[in-house]
Amino acid sequence: MNILVCVKRVPLTGGKIVLTDDERAISTKHLGFTVSPHEECGAEEAVRIVEHHGGSSTVLTLGPPEAEEQLRDMMAIGVDRAIHLVTDGGEWDPQATASAIVDAIRAEADSYDLILFGNESADAGNYQVAIRVAHALGLPCVTGVKGISVEGRSVRLEQELPSGRDIYVVPLPAVVTVKEGLNLPRYPSVPGRLRAKRKPLEASTPARPEPRLEMLKLVVPPGSGKQVEVLGHGAEAAPAVVAVLGELGLI
Amino acid sequence: MLLVFVEDVQDELSQQALTFAQRLNGEVRTVTITGTYAPAAWARSIVQAIAESGPSAVLAPGTDRGNEVLAHVAAELDQPLAANCVAAALGEPATVTRVRWGGSLLEEARMHGSPVLLTVAPHAIAADPAAAGAEVEVLQTQPDGSPAVAERIAAASAGVSLADADVVVSGGRGVGSAEGFAVIEELAELLDAAVGCSRAVTSAGWRPHSDQVGQTGTKISPEIYIACGISGATQHMAGCKGAKKLLAINPDGEASIFQSADYGVIGDLHEVVPAISAEVRKVRGA
Repeated sequence: MNILVCVKRVPLTGGKIVLTDDERAISTKHLGFTVSPHEECGAEEAVRIVEHHGGSSTVLTLGPPEAEEQLRDMMAIGVDRAIHLVTDGGEWDPQATASAIVDAIRAEADSYDLILFGNESADAGNYQVAIRVAHALGLPCVTGVKGISVEGRSVRLEQELPSGRDIYVVPLPAVVTVKEGLNLPRYPSVPGRLRAKRKPLEASTPARPEPRLEMLKLVVPPGSGKQVEVLGHGAEAAPAVVAVLGELGLI
Repeated sequence: MLLVFVEDVQDELSQQALTFAQRLNGEVRTVTITGTYAPAAWARSIVQAIAESGPSAVLAPGTDRGNEVLAHVAAELDQPLAANCVAAALGEPATVTRVRWGGSLLEEARMHGSPVLLTVAPHAIAADPAAAGAEVEVLQTQPDGSPAVAERIAAASAGVSLADADVVVSGGRGVGSAEGFAVIEELAELLDAAVGCSRAVTSAGWRPHSDQVGQTGTKISPEIYIACGISGATQHMAGCKGAKKLLAINPDGEASIFQSADYGVIGDLHEVVPAISAEVRKVRGA
């Protein structure tokens, strides 16, 4: 199994989002970075599938030079190699992103059996890059998956619904988007981090086409405007809490 | 003319998408597809309907399926798609306001393409009651070998579902361990509530992911949400903004969760939560 997993570097937002002065990005002066949660599960799944079925895993990102940190993180949990499509950090719309990923996949010597994405990125949440990549490559695509089992030259995929689960069986190669909950990603070990530093990383700089979904600016939505009513401190607040629950008919 | 794809016109989110479309343009053709779900094949039927009627925009609800089917339509037509919009203006070019970060941020964007493809963010607007009575045309689809649901397995019903619970009691990093959830479970049982947690908790392996409230977990809309030892990161708040009331219990009075809370208790949940359970028992016993 030759598996590709695509990830995106996103800021670790805390409780309050602050924008840059030009209102086109989140101010990340005091923030760390991570990969989108769904994608972290995608990388873990790629590593597990290779552990069970043999083969090789590759992680790809389109992002600024600093996104190498996320590629090394994914290699630290066991992904074998990385492809970095380096940008200047500006916004790439979904069509441009998909097209750069398709070019990178076509440029590879070996083809992939399974191409994994997160169901949607944590930040932009466009819900479409994987589907566009699948169309361009003429591959089947199943989204929002929380269970993957490789069975010979096909893959059985499970989607979670409020009322149960939907099962798909598709032939490989295929494009699959995953959701958090698919697995519990491991933490990188110290030896894993050391190994990741020596794993191969190929970088290239694709040209950004004109955006067709053109982000103009970001807006922090108005807050709830709520003024919290402090019911008390410590255990002594219990009667006041129960009075509130009583007003709601819960006692 | 606008084309709206709905999953089920009796469904609230489908009605919201239809209402959103009607406010953009009075002339709306509403279509649905029935039978086994096959996103790429369904999208081809919609592409066919677009070719027949030449709509200026195509809309769908911002549900898993609405977003998925419209993404296939967008890929097939090589046109831009704006997912989860809260507002739109159909001009040349069209402009939209769409949701990012699960609702913690909005994006204003311009769309360069035709037809304009967009999905409507859940609960961006209230549905017009008349939408349920809209005339809906069923499009035919052909199996084309693209992925389709092969089997549906019904969920085993067990206890109160997190998504539908009237009361949710959640624990965050402040709970400290898997065992620490005993106090949360005790209060939840007394209140006939579902137990939830934050992403920090599922990442630590203390609770299963099915308990996670958040942007990448379950979206809840209880009458009251009791958040214990949860700081209020945007990832978490994206999952609980549907709660009618929020009671936060946190030792840090400056924690950002208090900015979204109706009621607050400043203190260690390991003291406060058992005291609430004891008080509930006392009041009920009286």
